[in-house]
Amino acid sequence: MLKFILKRILEAIPTMLVLITVSFFLMRFAPGSPFSSEKTLPPQVMANINAKYGLDKPVLEQYVTYLTNVIQGDLGPSFKYKDFTVNELVASALPVSAKIGAFAFVFALVFGVFVGTIAALNQNTWLDYSIMSTAMIGVVLPSFVLAPALIYLFSIDLGWFPAGGWLDGSLKYMVLPVLGMSMLYVATFARITRGSMIETMNSNFIRTARSKGLSFPYIVMKHALKPAMLPVVSYMGPAFVGIITGSVVIETIFGLPGIGKLFVNAAFNRDYSLVMGVTILIGFLFILFNAVVDILLAYVDPKIRY
Amino acid sequence: MLSKTAKVEALNNFSTNLEIEGRSLWQDARIRFMRNKAAMVSLFILFLITLSVIFVPMFSQYAFDDTDWYAMHAPPSVDHWFGTDSLGRDLFVRTFIGGRISMMVGVMGAFVAVLIGTLYGAASGFIGGKTDRVMMRILEILYAIPFMFLVIVLVTFFGRDIILIFVAIGAIAWLDMARIVRGQTLSLRGKEFIEAAHVCGVSKWGIITRHIVPNVLGIVAVYSTLLIPSMILTESFLSFLGLGVQEPMTSWGALLQEGAQTMELAIWQLGFPALFMVVTLFCFNYVGDGLRDALDPKDR
Amino acid sequence: MLKNKITQSLLLSAGLAFAATSLTATAAEVPAGVKLAKIQELVRGNGTEVASLDPQKTQGVPESHVIRDLLEGLVNQDANGVTIPGVAERWETTDNKVFTFYLRKDAKWSNGDAVTADDFVYSFQRAVDPATASPYAWYLDMTTMVNASDIIGGKKDKSTLGVRAIDANTFEVTLDSPVPYFVKMMGHTTVKPVHKATVEKFGDKWTKPENFVGNGAFVVKNWVVNERLELVRNEQYWDNAKTVLNKVTFLPIENQVADMNRFLSGEIDFTYEIPNEHFRRLQKEYPESVSIKGDLCTYYYNFNTHKPPFDDVRVRKAISYSIDRNIIANAILGQGQKPAYFLTPEIVAGFNPETPAYGKLTQKERNEKAKELLAEAGYNKSNPLEFNLLYNTSENHKKIAVAIASMWKKNLGVSVTLENQEWKTYIESKNQGDFEASRAGWCGDYNEASTFTSLMEGNNTTGGIHYKSAEYDKLTKDAVKATSEEKRTELYYAQEALLTKDMPIAPIYQYVKARLVSPYLGGYAINNAEDKLYSKDMYIIAE
Repeated sequence: MLKFILKRILEAIPTMLVLITVSFFLMRFAPGSPFSSEKTLPPQVMANINAKYGLDKPVLEQYVTYLTNVIQGDLGPSFKYKDFTVNELVASALPVSAKIGAFAFVFALVFGVFVGTIAALNQNTWLDYSIMSTAMIGVVLPSFVLAPALIYLFSIDLGWFPAGGWLDGSLKYMVLPVLGMSMLYVATFARITRGSMIETMNSNFIRTARSKGLSFPYIVMKHALKPAMLPVVSYMGPAFVGIITGSVVIETIFGLPGIGKLFVNAAFNRDYSLVMGVTILIGFLFILFNAVVDILLAYVDPKIRY
Repeated sequence: MLSKTAKVEALNNFSTNLEIEGRSLWQDARIRFMRNKAAMVSLFILFLITLSVIFVPMFSQYAFDDTDWYAMHAPPSVDHWFGTDSLGRDLFVRTFIGGRISMMVGVMGAFVAVLIGTLYGAASGFIGGKTDRVMMRILEILYAIPFMFLVIVLVTFFGRDIILIFVAIGAIAWLDMARIVRGQTLSLRGKEFIEAAHVCGVSKWGIITRHIVPNVLGIVAVYSTLLIPSMILTESFLSFLGLGVQEPMTSWGALLQEGAQTMELAIWQLGFPALFMVVTLFCFNYVGDGLRDALDPKDR
Repeated sequence: MLKNKITQSLLLSAGLAFAATSLTATAAEVPAGVKLAKIQELVRGNGTEVASLDPQKTQGVPESHVIRDLLEGLVNQDANGVTIPGVAERWETTDNKVFTFYLRKDAKWSNGDAVTADDFVYSFQRAVDPATASPYAWYLDMTTMVNASDIIGGKKDKSTLGVRAIDANTFEVTLDSPVPYFVKMMGHTTVKPVHKATVEKFGDKWTKPENFVGNGAFVVKNWVVNERLELVRNEQYWDNAKTVLNKVTFLPIENQVADMNRFLSGEIDFTYEIPNEHFRRLQKEYPESVSIKGDLCTYYYNFNTHKPPFDDVRVRKAISYSIDRNIIANAILGQGQKPAYFLTPEIVAGFNPETPAYGKLTQKERNEKAKELLAEAGYNKSNPLEFNLLYNTSENHKKIAVAIASMWKKNLGVSVTLENQEWKTYIESKNQGDFEASRAGWCGDYNEASTFTSLMEGNNTTGGIHYKSAEYDKLTKDAVKATSEEKRTELYYAQEALLTKDMPIAPIYQYVKARLVSPYLGGYAINNAEDKLYSKDMYIIAE
């Protein structure tokens, strides 16, 4: 176990390096600069700005400087939000995304697996069909449709929850965003669980267990659930990172100060340092969660070797 | 070749305690798929939808880009069956014409995901060791690279080409799939029938394609139907960056996006495109389930 | 009515001898009989997140809304857009080149220090200092302030700038050429003062709530990027007694529908904009909340006059003529936008030119004329005109582009390919000349025609670069040197006439600012053309 973790950490270093390098140059290839605007700035003004942010140097030199700073933990100043450093911005946005993401993730996982199992155990009955139909609609309805609909119903019509904002992150500000964010994942987890559960229930060891006369719920809980979780666990990595970072739409509609919005705005503003900062964060999270998933996979199926 | 197939077949059968000889895996699958009513009906509906998105716009009395300043936001009526949009364009014809690109993108995304994702994931999981680790690290890098810049750079260097939509969508469609398939493969690798094939001298590639892939198809079928809507929506995000279909041409994703802006005052602008997407998705879903059942090597 | 008020303001602020000596109270004036609410807290939708609170580092509109509440410049504006005393009690000039501002003695920073002429000297120098790298440094250059250009270019030291403190309360500015609207230009964000000691002590971090020192009616309390920016009353503000609000919150909400929803659920007192699609519904369901005011902005299409097909003036004219501006302004937008035939919107002070000939024709006549011109240029059914129209991604721009493309198709048989790009790519394409026709728009920095006419100068914006007319640039130079108001205005009209003749742009409509404003909000300056809304002038009325 310890060896596994150590190995992962060692592997993460070259991975991050490649990621940083590719992203850095990819970004510079994109047209536009952080300071281009509708009114063309006089050349001297532009030169002053570029000099201040080191953009007048050759790209390779900028890259080396950037890398040196990153290794020391300094992600640099934001080019757009001039009063903040990237470290500050990421540090203030991450807890928000993490909090909403964690709630949404746990909700999606627990609820999705639960209804998926129910559907699988009642395969081809009205219960199965209605659960899966609802799930299908959950998959099709994008968050930019779902979120305004939630607001319209619960904030404007009923007045139960605020239509946006975060403030202190108390529960009433979280309900709608968590709901809006997790629907897609509830549906996805449910679909995957159902498929996997049906396969597992048809496998020999379950048949054996049933022929031994064990009670049905006991079989499901004790024997079937764990192996059926295999694809669910595999999907958890992408899902978790997706929930934490890919929630731009939800964050925009609910006015939440999270990572997703920070990232997309940074990309549109060509805020080079901020884009890099968030990319590094996403890369790190992804590596981390894949490692966690790999450990979980081995737990679900002890026969798995790496 | 034949003998090898037969050998593999035999192994398969041995491992699952079943004894059907003579029919190939694929023949068998086809027969079973044909017997699945829900799947066949769905396939038929999909066929109808495909035909109608191709032909309905050709015979409509309105063109998809005909504006009408006097019928903006008109609700559904005899003139405009699905109502009109904010510029008075007929939504009936726009919904059908929007299906062209969306169906293509959805199927294409799922296809790429199945093809690349499954093979990549299966190879990574089966070969294991260093190869697995390198392949997974590559996946992590691809995942974290800012996709937006990739698209912007693509557009800048190659202009706006419809092919690029597929390149961009293909680039991300298969990543999750590869992770999931790899997880399944890791578990399959320890199974007896794989070891048996190995002992019999079946090549690695042979094992991956003939044994691993058929056994993960269940989850692949389920996940690829889940991918289709997200691909259709990704397409509308690409339009946002200047790639993808351009107005006045449209897609379901774009119609949905516009419809979401006006759901309080013109629900039909959201409702009809959404309805088409849901129906299509249901059909893909049943076809996917049908395929899964038909291809499941354990279940015969 | 509106017009007169603004003309008045021009006369006042640009008057030759000296103007406005009265000590008009600038703060909230609550009419008698209005019962104030117990909780005086305002929440404003503010579009995008502000890039900075440092006046010398910003360039956007959302930033200026916030900084207006935090820092007070030499002059302010009243509810009608009239320039009124700010930190400067009064000012005088005899030649429009040397301006003397007399600062009020009771003006204080939020830490209790007095606001002095030295603060303004420091801040003006800071704006042009290459080390500050202010994106709006050119603004001071535009006033022709002595040595501004050389300092920006690094040729002279910032201490040579044409500003000086005669004594603690007397601030003098020297210009190279007479600029009668100079005082008006001093209402801009870039020329707001900053507290020297604080800036020097904290560097880039001086705007953080724990460090901030300002001289406006409010100070920063709390700032969460992309969520909220909270300001609270500045007890040290010289006119604090008249400030009614205790707290102002700016919410960065880019999505117009989200902005509207939060207003409708009662979380916001006034929104930044109104989503176009919802305007008519809101007007019907919430007539008391929909508020529309004039705005100092023009929406237009640029032609790349250096590339075919738009190197032919006949093509440019034909394309411009066949845009049905009434449909765009009245049917598609319909919030009170006006069809535009000029680059400069007519709401600009002292700008009342005669509508050009084509503007007076009916749309049918215009279409006929367009067809003739296009035929003359050699385009017909067998050789139809085809071109690309570039616009930056946005629902609104898309809608207008689709509508106009359909007009061109119907009226002229022209086939247009619409091409949208995200903002920065779009800017790059425009700057590189990589377009045939493109969308553009501009909002004035100050209420005078030159803020618009300067756009078409050969070296200014994309529009100018791809127009480049020596004749036009000469008119600009003449206008700066003009000795009288009438003469200058004549020259502006001549520039507009030239634009009509050469048609490097097709003006489309003049903006309005539509908002949802709570009926319980008092002091919202609906007649301020530049949208300079001071929170200190506002108050919440009891329900």
